[in-house]
Amino acid sequence: MESIKHIIQHVPIEYYIVISAIMFSIGVAGVLLKRNAIILLMCIELMLNAANLLFVAVSAYTQDPSGQVFVFFVLVVAAAEVAVGLAIIVMLYRNFDSVNINMLDKLKW
Amino acid sequence: MKFAEMIWLVPVLPLIGFLINGLGRKYISKSVAGFIGCASVFASFLLVVGMFFQYQSAEHHEAYVQTLFDWIKVGNLSIPVAFQVDALSLIMMLIVTGVGFLIHVYSVGYMHDDGGFQRFMAYLNLFIFFMLLLVSGANFPMLFIGWEGVGLCSYLLIGFWFQNQNFNAAAKKAFIVNRIGDLGFLLGMLLLFNHFGTLNFLELEKFAPFLKGDKTIMYITLLLFIGAIGKSAQIPLFVWLPDAMAGPTPVSALIHAATMVTAGVYLVVRSNFLFTASPETMMVIGTTGLLTALFAATIGIFQNDIKKILAYSTVSQLGYLFMALGIGAFTGSMFHLTTHAFFKALLFLGAGSVIHGMGGEQDIRKMGGLKKFMPVTYWVMLIATLAISGIFPFSGFFSKDEILAYAYQENKIFWVLAVLGSLMTSFYMFRMFFLTFHGTFRGTHDQEHHLHESPKVMTIPLMVLAFLSLAGGILNIPHVFGGHESLHHFLSPVYAKAAELPELHLPHSTELFLMFGVMSLIGVMIFLAYRYYVVKKNIPVEEGTELPVLQKVIYNKYYIDEIYDSSVVKTLISTSTFFFKSIENFLIDNFSVITGKVAIGAGKQLRKIQTGKIGTYVFVFVVSVVVILLVNFYS
Repeated sequence: MESIKHIIQHVPIEYYIVISAIMFSIGVAGVLLKRNAIILLMCIELMLNAANLLFVAVSAYTQDPSGQVFVFFVLVVAAAEVAVGLAIIVMLYRNFDSVNINMLDKLKW
Repeated sequence: MKFAEMIWLVPVLPLIGFLINGLGRKYISKSVAGFIGCASVFASFLLVVGMFFQYQSAEHHEAYVQTLFDWIKVGNLSIPVAFQVDALSLIMMLIVTGVGFLIHVYSVGYMHDDGGFQRFMAYLNLFIFFMLLLVSGANFPMLFIGWEGVGLCSYLLIGFWFQNQNFNAAAKKAFIVNRIGDLGFLLGMLLLFNHFGTLNFLELEKFAPFLKGDKTIMYITLLLFIGAIGKSAQIPLFVWLPDAMAGPTPVSALIHAATMVTAGVYLVVRSNFLFTASPETMMVIGTTGLLTALFAATIGIFQNDIKKILAYSTVSQLGYLFMALGIGAFTGSMFHLTTHAFFKALLFLGAGSVIHGMGGEQDIRKMGGLKKFMPVTYWVMLIATLAISGIFPFSGFFSKDEILAYAYQENKIFWVLAVLGSLMTSFYMFRMFFLTFHGTFRGTHDQEHHLHESPKVMTIPLMVLAFLSLAGGILNIPHVFGGHESLHHFLSPVYAKAAELPELHLPHSTELFLMFGVMSLIGVMIFLAYRYYVVKKNIPVEEGTELPVLQKVIYNKYYIDEIYDSSVVKTLISTSTFFFKSIENFLIDNFSVITGKVAIGAGKQLRKIQTGKIGTYVFVFVVSVVVILLVNFYS
């Protein structure tokens, strides 16, 4: 059976780069344009995963496992971040009956 | 045991006394404070006496320097804390501790009813400490510490009764006027270090043979002399001394007559090898001294406050000391300094006794006839007045005539004026004496009822001082009277390095003729004073009476205070006001106000960037990242 490494290498590296860039850009655009807090959180996840994908691909191509190790760290941090983020959103909804982030504009001047 | 090795204890003992009295002033009783104050000074006195006899009996009269530790050591500047025992410091220490001790004892009686007695004793001890540092320090900075320290004590003691605003003003005046002189001293010291690279007396003395014709020496000595002018109340900085009489009378006796004000003379004698190398400075010193002596004597004639008369007499006598220094009579000056310490301290303490008996009255127009109420005070004051007038065989006769003999030999004009001054001195001293003790009592009934002789604790120091004033001449009996000029021989190692000091070589007949000629003139003056104030019973006119112009000018001290006020003080205040208004209020204040306004205005505008909307922040963040990336790519 072919190893994962070889399966990954069936696709040229440029494809990975392009797909990561597109995913990342969608994430950025989502953060910039959307006002729903849950979608914002999802867009951030999308950006993180774009980075993870690139890590794994480059790691396979360069025969360097440290890229994959890094992905695990990113996953852990993302999980923690989502947990905190969702908790904040829950509290936001309870207090304002909405998850629109434009409600959170009291911290100014 | 060598007493000289215990020199460090001499100033430290009064310091300990000061610490105990000063820190414990709330907890210790008056008698304990008085005992500590007197005992610490007396212990120092005993040590100095021990040193004196060992120094006398030693074969070589060499200066002994005790270095305790390095105080400042930077580069080639080395200032150790060191004491010097030689003839000069010994004689000064004897005066300071001896007369100081007597005045401490007297103060116990004089200040006994004062609420601040412990504080007073503490200040007196502190003064003795600084004065001993001044006279026993082995380098200029040590001398300077003592110099500043006695100035501080003088300030504290003049303003001892600080509830009285006038006394505070007098204290401040003394301090500020002294600052002018101190600046001169400090500059002189810096120039000295710059020129020689050392400030230790013994090291400086080694340069003595190379000093002749060195212009820098003239500047150094003139600057040092400015310091002496301030401390020793010479023209033009004498104005603080008469006002300093605001302090308690023992203070006037100790600080403003016997010891501190002679520090200027000590300074000149200590650095004799510098001063004698500059004839110009010597001329300046002699002239200043002579002018001061005459000037103060004329003012003294018309004063009515017993302490003011003595104050001007002190200024006048200090002028004599400087005149003697100027003509090179260093021993004469030191001799007169010593006898003056005796009789002037006695005069002040006697005046204090009178003031004490009169319940605080100082105006001689309100006294008179005190002879029968205060016999002891009367007799000691008579001795002191005869001594200061220079009547044989009182101490003042020998010291004053030594100075006059030198003046006659060196400069006849000086001699004539000096004799004139001493005639005025004897006149106003006896004027004061007769008005106080003879005639009828002119005070109120209340005062007459309270009149009493002072307690023993006050009269005994007076009697000791009276004995010293009577017999002080023994120190330096001239050859004319078969003496050996012992003080001159004792002090001669001090001037070993000085350039050409004049030797007295008048024929004995001339010397005798001068002495008794002057004395008979003085006798005439005393007789005039007697006729005018005792026989004719003239009393100085009351305040506010119209006086002849000349007398009015002199009575008002030549309006010197007013002249200084309008020329120096007013100018200084208006300059300060100008700078306060233009620089401080306009420039500096506006600068800081405008800086603040700019910051506030900028903040008002910039705060609008903080919208609080997450979208804005994210947008700015993304754009910035993109910009940074682009910049990195294309550079």
